[in-house]
Amino acid sequence: MANILEVKNLKVYYPIKGGLMGRTIGHVKAVDDISFAIGEGETVGLVGESGCGKSTTGKAILGLVKIHSGQIVFNGEDITKYIGKNRSPYRKNVQMIFQDVYSSMNPKERVLDIIAEPLRNFEKLTKVEERKKVEELLSIVGLSSSNILKYPHQFSGGQRQRIGIARALALKPKLIVCDEPVSALDLSVQAQVLNYLKDIQEEFGIAYLFISHDLGVVEYMCKNLMVMHKSRFVEKGTEDTIYKNPVHIYTKRLMAATPDLDTKNRQKNAEIRKKIAEEYENSKSRYYKEDGTVYDLKKLSEEHYVAMP
Amino acid sequence: MKNRALSIKKLSVSFKMNGQYYKAVDNIDLDIMENEVFAIVGESGCGKSATAMSILRLHNENYTKIEGEINFGGKDLVSISEHGLNKIKGKEIGMIFQDPLSALNPLHRIGKQIEEMFVIHTNLNSLDRKNRALELLEDVGIPNPEIAYNSFPHELSGGMRQRIIIAIALSLSPSLLIADEPTTALDVTIQAQILDLMRDLKEKSKASVILITHDLGVVAEMADRVAVMYAGQIVELANVDEIFENPKHPYTKSLLSSIPRKSKSTNRLNTIFGSVPDLMNMPRDGCRFSSRIPWINEKEHEENPKLQEIEPNHFVRCSCYKNFHFQDSSIEKVKEKE
Repeated sequence: MANILEVKNLKVYYPIKGGLMGRTIGHVKAVDDISFAIGEGETVGLVGESGCGKSTTGKAILGLVKIHSGQIVFNGEDITKYIGKNRSPYRKNVQMIFQDVYSSMNPKERVLDIIAEPLRNFEKLTKVEERKKVEELLSIVGLSSSNILKYPHQFSGGQRQRIGIARALALKPKLIVCDEPVSALDLSVQAQVLNYLKDIQEEFGIAYLFISHDLGVVEYMCKNLMVMHKSRFVEKGTEDTIYKNPVHIYTKRLMAATPDLDTKNRQKNAEIRKKIAEEYENSKSRYYKEDGTVYDLKKLSEEHYVAMP
Repeated sequence: MKNRALSIKKLSVSFKMNGQYYKAVDNIDLDIMENEVFAIVGESGCGKSATAMSILRLHNENYTKIEGEINFGGKDLVSISEHGLNKIKGKEIGMIFQDPLSALNPLHRIGKQIEEMFVIHTNLNSLDRKNRALELLEDVGIPNPEIAYNSFPHELSGGMRQRIIIAIALSLSPSLLIADEPTTALDVTIQAQILDLMRDLKEKSKASVILITHDLGVVAEMADRVAVMYAGQIVELANVDEIFENPKHPYTKSLLSSIPRKSKSTNRLNTIFGSVPDLMNMPRDGCRFSSRIPWINEKEHEENPKLQEIEPNHFVRCSCYKNFHFQDSSIEKVKEKE
């Protein structure tokens, strides 16, 4: 399978301003030298705790933050220099679904304008065609066309998230970056949105970069998983490798911390967590460099990489 | 038989909207036993937080009407005077909020905020107060109590802040602790730590805990008994094992089948038809869940459903659970296969 997106040695540094003239006196390394690839129509999960750089990675791919160094290859073409440029063809092919959709929508615009905005930027449609297209998009995400003249505040959280999805779908992108698309939603609404995402993927063959802190959701959505910690990947693998046999201590900790729905395992899980917490304290030097950063990824098998010395 | 720590009788909480009162919590009865973790689960707007907040009367009284009885230690918290309630607040009933940053005062050092409890409720001198505060910080697993004691809330991480809140809530060893979504704002690794901490502290102090959450994973990890709320009513009440292994009410079943789980990525998740009715349009008669399961025959619902004990200690509202099936029959089959 061809790769739709390849990210090579991506670095995103935020400058720290200070001193007399507000000069840059240092950098916060939000994303520090990561590489990965996403295949066509595939879902890749990216998990980690808050502040680990997972959202910054997603934003960097869309050009929403400035890349310090590295290369982004889309569909076999190096597009690093086009990234962030308005109306480049790349913009058309990569879209994003945000966690807090409400703040990603203009409260003064109607649903019609919100969803049609990408269409207006890239396709010259007449008013009638545009409206038909928006109605079509709404029906894909299960909203009736009577909603077309409403404003964002008139919808519930789940409906708004679906409008966000409809907007992301408008230009038939090849890749959608989903940044915590369901973490603000109730359980039943979350299920609805996840189902839609899966259906749409099947229908249009879209690839997803699925960013989340919830391992349950990621395990449901993705076969491939990347675990991020301290701005770098600590483990990269597939369902069969990483879920069944996590190697890095951070991955183990993350998996042990995910609540188990089986009430009988309660005591056992608490003990496992205690054991892993101890291991984490005792073996920091094995998994992290002296200055606390993460090692480079090492190949364990064809589909399993771990950051170890 | 254990004693009751708190007993709620016929509690209704109504909010004023457009000049009219609407019941967000409708006539619920609950008994919280000593030294148990009682979880109240439901989606947003089901009335779980409104119930918890009414125990300490934290709602704005200008817009809220609380009816019924809340018995705690021989007193009725609904009718007790403001002065009497202040003596109970913090001392006998502690509360943990969802967002630790907004529950802490940004202008005061952590130490001072913990000591505030001792200033109000005890007559310890300042040295004793400091020593107690440092002990508490150590109890909740803060690595350097002295440093934390002198820091401001913004200098601590989210997990540390929530530990401070727990320290404050536990400072006077209350017999009841109300935890309103205590870990929702935290990362999973921190969440696990906080839950383990709460469990240990509960064992040590023999307190009862009312845990309000929307996360069924947290319930499975923490609770002894569970009440599932929908549209202001309790629809199912049972021991935690019963809820997860033998759920009866359609709402409980639907919720459980919409959780994304490991290694089942080929299946679709269950979704609940329609959406939660808002407070002003909430159905007041009959089974409130009926509009969410329209494929179930109307005759299956009771006219005036009440919570009924169908098995020992397992209560379910409305008879519609008896012949309930999912609209998408594939979900049922998946369950059988497991």
